[in-house]
Amino acid sequence: MFITPEGKEIFVVDGHTHFWDGSPENQRNIHGKQFIDCFYGYHTFLSPKEEYWPKEKFEKYSADDLYNDLFINGPDDVAIIQSTYLKDFYKNGFNTIERNAEVAKRYPERFIVNGSFDPRDGEKAIEYIHYMKETYDIQGVKMYTAEWNGASKGWRLNDPDAYRCFELCEKLGIRNIHVHKGPTIIPLAKDSFDVHDVDHAATDFQGLNWIIEHCGLPRLDDFCWVAVQETNVYGGLAVALPFINNRPRYFGEVIAELLYWLGPDKLLFGSDYGIWTPRWLVEKLWAYQIPDDIAAERGVQLTDEIKEKILGLNAARLYNIDVAAKKAALAKSPLRIAAE
Amino acid sequence: MSVQADLRGNRQGELWRSLEGVNDPELDEPVTEMGFVERAEVLADGSVAVDFRLPTYWCSPNFAFLMLDGMRQALEALSWSPAYRIRLHDHMFAEEVNRGVEAGKTFGEIFCELAGDEDIADLRETFARKAYLRRQEAMLLGLRKQGLTDREILGMDLLAYDTARFEGEEAVKQKPRYREALLLRWSGRRPTEPVFVTWEGSPIAPRALGAYLAELRSVRINMEFNGALCRGLKTTRYKELEVVDGEPTLVDFILDRVPPRDCASRPAHS
Repeated sequence: MFITPEGKEIFVVDGHTHFWDGSPENQRNIHGKQFIDCFYGYHTFLSPKEEYWPKEKFEKYSADDLYNDLFINGPDDVAIIQSTYLKDFYKNGFNTIERNAEVAKRYPERFIVNGSFDPRDGEKAIEYIHYMKETYDIQGVKMYTAEWNGASKGWRLNDPDAYRCFELCEKLGIRNIHVHKGPTIIPLAKDSFDVHDVDHAATDFQGLNWIIEHCGLPRLDDFCWVAVQETNVYGGLAVALPFINNRPRYFGEVIAELLYWLGPDKLLFGSDYGIWTPRWLVEKLWAYQIPDDIAAERGVQLTDEIKEKILGLNAARLYNIDVAAKKAALAKSPLRIAAE
Repeated sequence: MSVQADLRGNRQGELWRSLEGVNDPELDEPVTEMGFVERAEVLADGSVAVDFRLPTYWCSPNFAFLMLDGMRQALEALSWSPAYRIRLHDHMFAEEVNRGVEAGKTFGEIFCELAGDEDIADLRETFARKAYLRRQEAMLLGLRKQGLTDREILGMDLLAYDTARFEGEEAVKQKPRYREALLLRWSGRRPTEPVFVTWEGSPIAPRALGAYLAELRSVRINMEFNGALCRGLKTTRYKELEVVDGEPTLVDFILDRVPPRDCASRPAHS
């Protein structure tokens, strides 16, 4: 719960969080080291100085850190915890569904655990989707189209193997497909974070919600173009929002474009925890106004009502969260951090 | 100061200036300003050594090639035609690239081996277009800010552009850069021809300028995102390297990280 300076209670769904293990012990190779180092670069570049973590904590933080940063010191009511395997880089994976489900166990009413799969695994991927649904009753998945898998350095949402998987998701009621379309951290000529495959998949799977994490940045115009044509495409603000700290004007330009093209009902807050912690992000977003000249050019405003939608109500709709009932349930189950 | 030292100092200056003309194609900003050139040194025998480091291990190799190629051209054009060596450090393909360079392969050859079916000429064209549009936006916005009407701005020819006085840091910085991009695109541009046209060469109607600027803005938003990340990641990466290496590098001097007292007592790149 975020309480505004005026005393209003804002329901917060953090649409993008992680519980990873990027520690040297878990790194399989140099890529694993460079991957977490790159994340740490994002963390130190965009976080306010007082929010910096030591490298060691960043590589592997505890369950208590997670509860504290999200729910106790942080404003999240519900956190969607995403799974990213990266088994080519990390011995036990980076943040698998097993690891996420384990940490979510203590506060089941506060976590939504999303799965992940790799369509290139073929039949195994199909089996794995069944397993995740049966074992964890997942409502969503996180797709990472640039993940390496043997000789393959990426895949596309409209590959035939992927379509088989999405057909199954639709059948099993796994409706929320989060897709990482963000900065290119994994290189080579074929740009696996290109957003055009979203266009095909969203058209062909109208029953699924496509939440494009990082709004396709640095391909914001392509993303907006796709999103404006598809009613079931949403933008996740992770990575875009932290710019609010040291490049607020730039954030204003980005959010103005998003509001202009997608409108206020299609944007989801996400901290990308542990890259960033949600408290400062929510505080700064609440206090933020789009600079006048940018707002005038696009004819948009970031009103309190819109902020409330972005911070929680939009995600609540996608995940069938009854906000009043959830608030009441959370009020009855206080948070405790295990005693030292 | 001996004549020898003077000569070396002059060459050092020329070397640095020539590298300043090399842009990161994705960001359209000089590689020197981005801090990618960690060391550029004229050695005692007149030869040149350049060490180059990108913000992350993952930075797209295509871009690395284009920058290295730009640097190679800059070094080829140096007045004393020195032997030179360029090395890319801490990149996932550093070894392949450096080996290729040492084996005398062209960047095209190395690029083909690593990049598969993507055409480097297409890439260059994409980046040239983005640079053109980004620089153009800076000029259009700058002129609007100076109080010119849209009609006046769009009616400006190359001669008027060259003689006009520009205000504002960004407009002053981008003025020669936009001119350069324009002439690269339209090499026979005459002084009486309009200076602001689309990449395809069409004139822009005053009533369409708003929509056109929105397009240019979306190009810039993407480029700025990359630029901001690159700068941020580079800074944190170099921070770590500073600790590891102990010794300040040229980039520390460029970014003013070394106290002036130390600077005075030692040459800038020892």
